[in-house]
Amino acid sequence: MPSIDPAPENPMAQLRKLLWIAVAVAVLLGGILYIGAERAGQRPAAQNGLNFGGPFTLTAADGSVLTDKTLAGKPYAIFFGFTRCPDVCPTTLSRMARLRKALGKDGDKFAIVFVSVDPDRDKPADIGEYVKLFETPIIAATGTDAQIAAIRKSYGIYVAKVPLDPADPKGDYTIDHTAGVFLMDAKGQLSSIIDHAEADEMAIAKLKRLIAES
Amino acid sequence: MTLPPRTLALPALLALAAPPLLAHGFAAGKIAISHPWTRETAATQVVGGGFMKITNNGKTADRLVSASSPNAREVQMHTMSMEGGVMKMRQLKDGIVIPAGQTVELKPGSLHVMFMGIKAPFKKGSKIPATLKFKQAGSVKVQFTVQAVGSTMPMEAGHAQH
Ligand SMILES: [Cu+2]
Repeated sequence: MPSIDPAPENPMAQLRKLLWIAVAVAVLLGGILYIGAERAGQRPAAQNGLNFGGPFTLTAADGSVLTDKTLAGKPYAIFFGFTRCPDVCPTTLSRMARLRKALGKDGDKFAIVFVSVDPDRDKPADIGEYVKLFETPIIAATGTDAQIAAIRKSYGIYVAKVPLDPADPKGDYTIDHTAGVFLMDAKGQLSSIIDHAEADEMAIAKLKRLIAES
Repeated sequence: MTLPPRTLALPALLALAAPPLLAHGFAAGKIAISHPWTRETAATQVVGGGFMKITNNGKTADRLVSASSPNAREVQMHTMSMEGGVMKMRQLKDGIVIPAGQTVELKPGSLHVMFMGIKAPFKKGSKIPATLKFKQAGSVKVQFTVQAVGSTMPMEAGHAQH
């Protein structure tokens, strides 16, 4: 009698089994990483122990001084962009207007703040006219190069000026920039971030939490 | 013919619904362009993105080589992408290839033409004339419909006015 062990599987079947195990491990690992990233996204400040946000001084559209203290006492959604941004800025600001509407009577319990990362070209009057397009109150701000550099640093905003024509580096430029919306509570602490690609339902849940927390 | 009235009604409705799709289309040779649209701009804004679908019904690839408009200093072709939460836009100096038998969609978050140096604000509901130049099909005059700033896709004619 041959051995009572089951006949060894053919090599292809064994390979297939190994591959399935590898897939299962990858899915599990991916899930853990994803959950980790989600948590980090929701509470980066707490998670990383970074001093996120913090004091800033800017100039509002009407020429008045806008600081973190001016905004304190009410939560706010802050977004960084520029008026020559053809797509992600109008899309994001329109969306914030839409989300505010969707929140009904809670819609005015948070402020929307738009900060230009193009202070050389976006003057207070420019940003003021720009945000009027969105038919909801938006606090628009710009500042000196140093002021914008400071708030960019404290919010971790990536900004890079890129010439539109590489052959003409001194010519017209566009600006690569971070496109997330930062939700700050009434004390100026980060509550969460609304990602550009995220569904409205998720963004509304984050805004509701922001309002409830404040 | 003894078709009951109800049977006639549906095709009639479809016929009514169809024209807007055809109404806002432009063609040059084997190239067809549907629903060019752009967004309203603020008084101080100097740029605006333009979007449309370009179909190449021919058997050879074509290329959108340039665009111009009397309403802007210059019209460039751009691509946009999101990389790690960062928005990036780049000029496509070689234009946009329209492969044979395919449709290329210029849309928010992706390829677009960009009106640079807008001469007067784009007002919602108005039309912005432009000329698109294709390598094979030649030039075609189109009209970009100006939509609300929050638009992410072309509105059909019946929904254009709010
Ligand atoms: Cu562009």
